[in-house]
Order: sequence, then structure tokens, then C-alpha cells
Amino acid sequence: MSDVFILAQFAGEIVAKTTAELATCGARVGNVTAIVLAAPGKGAALASQVNTAGVAKVLVLENADFDHFGVAASAEAIAGLVKEHKPSALLITSSAFGKELAGCVAVLTDSGLITDAVDVTSELVATQVIFGGSTTVHSHVSQGCAIITMRPNSISPDMAKSSPEIVNVEVSISDAAKRAEVVSSQPPVAEGRPELTEAQIIVSGGRGTNGDFSAVETFADLLGAAVGASRAATDAGWYPHSHQVGQTGKTVSPQLYVACGISGAIQHRAGMQTSKTIVVINKDPEAPIFELADFGVVGDLFTVLPQASEGVKARKS
Amino acid sequence: MKIAVCVKQVPDSWAEKKMSGGVLDRQGVDAVLNDLDEYAVEEALRVVEAHGGNGEGGANSVIVISMGPERTADAVRKALSMGADGAIIITDPALAGSDALSTSKVLAKVIEGGDFDLVFCGTESTDARMSVVPAMVAQRLSWAQLTFAGSVNVDPGAKAVTITRVTEAGVDTMKAAFPAVISVVEKINEPRYPSFKGIMAAKKKPVEIKDLAGVGIEASSVGSSGARSVVDDATPRPPKAAGIKIVDDGNGGKALVDFLVEKKLI
Ligand SMILES: Cc1cc2nc3c(=O)[nH]c(=O)nc-3n(C[C@H](O)[C@H](O)[C@H](O)COP(=O)(O)OP(=O)(O)OC[C@H]3O[C@@H](n4cnc5c(N)ncnc54)[C@H](O)[C@@H]3O)c2cc1C
Ligand SMILES: Nc1ncnc2c1ncn2[C@@H]1O[C@H](COP(=O)(O)O)[C@@H](O)[C@H]1O
Repeated sequence: MSDVFILAQFAGEIVAKTTAELATCGARVGNVTAIVLAAPGKGAALASQVNTAGVAKVLVLENADFDHFGVAASAEAIAGLVKEHKPSALLITSSAFGKELAGCVAVLTDSGLITDAVDVTSELVATQVIFGGSTTVHSHVSQGCAIITMRPNSISPDMAKSSPEIVNVEVSISDAAKRAEVVSSQPPVAEGRPELTEAQIIVSGGRGTNGDFSAVETFADLLGAAVGASRAATDAGWYPHSHQVGQTGKTVSPQLYVACGISGAIQHRAGMQTSKTIVVINKDPEAPIFELADFGVVGDLFTVLPQASEGVKARKS
Repeated sequence: MKIAVCVKQVPDSWAEKKMSGGVLDRQGVDAVLNDLDEYAVEEALRVVEAHGGNGEGGANSVIVISMGPERTADAVRKALSMGADGAIIITDPALAGSDALSTSKVLAKVIEGGDFDLVFCGTESTDARMSVVPAMVAQRLSWAQLTFAGSVNVDPGAKAVTITRVTEAGVDTMKAAFPAVISVVEKINEPRYPSFKGIMAAKKKPVEIKDLAGVGIEASSVGSSGARSVVDDATPRPPKAAGIKIVDDGNGGKALVDFLVEKKLI
């Protein structure tokens, strides 16, 4: 069986669900080796969490340069592993960092690159959904290691436990990969709701909230949902930019997306169009977002949402 | 300072896009400047304007670089009318079907020979939507990679640049010495509209058109023959079945919950 490498992802010091998603896809192809990039002294604690189905081995690379020199340092280390072990594929979670990393490793190893796959078969054929959800593409890498980034939340991961072998790998980073230095970092503030790209349900608010997200948040919390926002809402400062859904925000694909007071501009759709079920609340019956809706309510979000929240509460009690 | 801005000509994002033979069908679709690249042009212009200007008598120059089909010239013209000094267009039939590896290879080769201090890019092309080309260009050149910049601070005297990198992973402050590749997010500025004077002036600005031989790249190493990934098939997804749409009569919220229950979403 051929080997597949995956890059384990962490939110702070906790393993992200996407790691299990990558392992599940990788296991269709062969033995999965997970790479853990860690700050000195942190590797063991991170590696011990990478133990879902399919993971046979965890390679732990500890080096302070990963945090200090961004994509280039990580790319150099991973490219070194790929050249040494020649896995058939390298799977990485799609994010700004993940895609850049994949691109740089592709350059360093002269390998093909596929970004934003929503599925990968045992033959390493990747499925992508492009043009705002209107076209499905199947493609495969024809040279080198198949470097594929996968959208979070696209497949359901096998969460069964495995007991992988943990191997520490020495790594040093060359000066060429240290040209851009991270002077300071400010992680996003955690507010106790699920991460947008991992959430099963997202409730989003737009300009129609007029700055008052309380009805959106109440409904989201009752459903255990993440809160999203349109650019109009983030530009106005009503909600942090890290919650923006769309072309220049996050691409999400939850089971349920509830758009409240959002018109459905093409740039917003680009980030949410592949959601499994879409529910819309908008005052304007002509709003283009209704074209995507599985269920749409023409109405005022300030009356519809609280009533829906009451309905959910009543069902729970 | 000598600054390059990489811009791409893309199909209008409002136009319906189709695939033909594994590549984007670009015929019959309006071609425009990738709107995210306008922010890169604007930021480059602001940087030079803050440090001695460009154009006649200016201390700096801003050169637009674009790889694409011949009509890329139209998209480039917009960047010139905003205030860039000149352009290099790389066009060659053998470039059709290029993947990000090819694109970055060609751009890096052109940049390498141009004696640039900084290269500005957008964060994403609205057609390919990969967000990888700037990082890959930096990797190929072995230059500092300063991507997803929400703000850019250039110190030409010290030949240094500081950015804030804004991504889902938070906000990082990053610094590097020249030369560097910078990509900018759309929140960084408000691109100017070309003035009438700018549009007229753009017609006289030098546009150098190169083919692969002129760049010094083997035709078989790029385009569809050099592609490192292959599209097996592309199929339009069935249009979404029309959903239910109700007008709130005072029970809209209840109906919404009923729908979610019926779909087993709650
Ligand atoms: C380069 C570029 C990148 C962009 N990237 C993104 C992106 O990533 N994400 C994004 O979202 N946008 C993006 N945009 C912006 C996009 O074009 C739209 O401007 C934006 O999505 C509009 O946000 P909105 O729907 O909240 O506001 P509007 O378009 O103003 O719509 C508000 C809606 O709320 C409804 N409404 C008002 N009051 C109520 C009420 N009380 N109850 C119910 N409904 C109500 C109105 O009927 C209207 O339909 C981008 C634009 C550009 C140029
Ligand atoms: N063919 C091209 N010519 C010039 N610049 C490009 C080209 N393709 C991509 N770029 C640059 O790279 C950025 C990211 O593009 P992409 O990786 O395709 O999403 C764009 O915003 C441009 O600045």
C-alpha cells in the first residue's frame, strides 16, 4: 500500500476535527503518516491527540522557526519529508496558510497541486466544486506527490481511535526560509461558539441587522451554531472580520446555513453556496439570496428570528 | 524603488462560467481586471506616492506584469490608467492550460530579470480562486513572502517592509528586507477610479509583449503540456430545485422551525 502524508492541524493546542477528516481520506489510499509541526517542548502533547482511524505514524518536528518564519519555514520542513519518504499524496486543510504551504511544497518538490477539494477517492481523484457551486470537477495530480488541500467539513470523519507510532524528527531551517519574520501574533479571540469552517450550523447576519446581532446570536446559540456575517456587517464594524463569509472571507459548507438580512451578492454566495440546506430571512421578496433558499421567509428578521428561537426553546423543554 | 504589480485578466465575475475541454471557456465572456488586483495596484501607487512618486520626475516606477491571452492588454490598460508606469505582458499559445506551477514559474522568471524591490499581488484571482500564486512566486524567487497584508509599511531607506497579515489564524505583524512579494487583502484601501487624464496617458505608456522564448522558458514545461494536474471531467451541477418561499403572516418563525424539524436539522 502506498503512504499518504497529512498535516495535522491544531486550534491552539487542541487537535482540529479537520485532522481526522484528512486521515479518513488518506486511509482510503494507504497508510497515513501525520506530520505535527510544533514549538519546542510542545510536540508530544500535540502528537498524542492525533489518533483517529487510519493514522499509523506521527512524525513530530519541533522547531521554534515554525512560529517565527511563517509559511516558508514550514514548507521547507515538509518538502524535506516529502523528498525523503516519497508519499503518494500530501493532504492539507484548506486555509490561507494551508493553501500557501501546499503551493510552496509543490514548488519545492515539483509536484502537482489541487486546492479546495471536497472529496478524494482511493485513486487520489479529487472532487472540486467551482464557479460558486455550479460545476463539479474531478482531477488528479499527474506528477510528483499529489498535493491536495481539502475544505474543512466536506466529509464525515471516522473518529474511531488508532494507536500510531510516534517518531521525533530533527529539523533545521535554512536562512533562505527565514526571510519574512513574524514579529508578533494575535490569535483570533475565542468566543465559545464553534469555529465557522467546522460548524454544522451557521446563522449569519448582514446589513439587515442594522448592527444588532442579538437575535442572530440567540438563535445561533439555541442551535449550537457558529455566527457568520456579510461584508457589509464586518465593514460596518458590527462583527469581526474573522466571521465574514464570502469570497474574501471564509468559505463554509455547513449542514444548515441561515442567512438573515443578507441580500446574496455574488461575493457572499461564493462563500456559502455549497451549504447543504439554506434558509433565508429577508424583507425584500426580490433579494437574490432567495434563489438559493431551500426555505425562505419574506419578513422582518427582528420578528421572525425571535419567534423561531421561542419555537426551538419550546421543543427543547 | 522599482515595484512590480502582478495582475490577472479574468472573466467578469457576474458572467456565467463554463468549462470546455478541462479548461475555463473564456470565449464570449467579458474580460476584466481581477478586481482584487486593483487593491494591489492602488497599494503600490500609494507606497510610491508616499516616497517620492512615480512617472515623470518621480523617484520610483510601478510596472504591471500579467500573463494571459492577448486581450490581457485590456485589463492591463486599467492598471496603467490608475497610474502605473508601464507593463509587461506574457502571452503565448503554449501557455494555455497553465496551472499555478506554470503561472508562478513564468511570473518569477520575468520578475527575476527586472531588478524589482517589491512585488504586489492580489490575494486571489476570481476565476482560479486558489490564493497560491503570490506564495509560489516568492518561493521560486526565494524572496520574503508577505501575504494577506491588511496594511503595508515601507521604509525605502532601510530597504525594509512591515505588514500585518490578516487571515483566519489571526493577525500577525511580519517584517522583511527587500526584495519581497506582498499580497494585499481587499480591506487595505479603496482603489481609485482612473481619471480622464489617466486614461489618456495610459495609451502612451510602454507595454512590452513577450512570448515564452522572450522570457526564456521552454514551452513544453508550462501550459497544458507542463501541467502537473489533469482535469478528468467537469460537469455542471443540476440547478438547485426551487425551495419553499413563504411570506411572514405572523407565523413565519414557527414555519421556519417546522421546516428545520421536518429536515431533521434540529
Ligand atoms: C472585492 C470584493 C470582495 C467582497 N467580498 C465579500 C465577502 O467575502 N463576503 C460578503 O458578504 N460580501 C463581500 N463583498 C460585498 C458584497 O458585494 C456585498 O456588498 C455584501 O455582501 C452585502 O452585504 P449584505 O447582504 O449584508 O447587505 P445588503 O446587500 O445591503 O443587503 C441587506 C439585505 O437585508 C435585507 N433587510 C434589511 N432589513 C431587514 C430586516 N429588518 N429583516 C430582514 N431583512 C432585512 C434587505 O432587504 C437586503 O436584502 C465583496 C465585494 C467586493 C467588491
Ligand atoms: N496569470 C497571472 N498573471 C499575473 N498575475 C497573476 C496571474 N495569476 C495570478 N496572479 C496573481 O496572483 C494572485 C492570486 O491568484 P490565484 O493564486 O490564482 O488565486 C492574483 O491576485 C494576482 O495578483
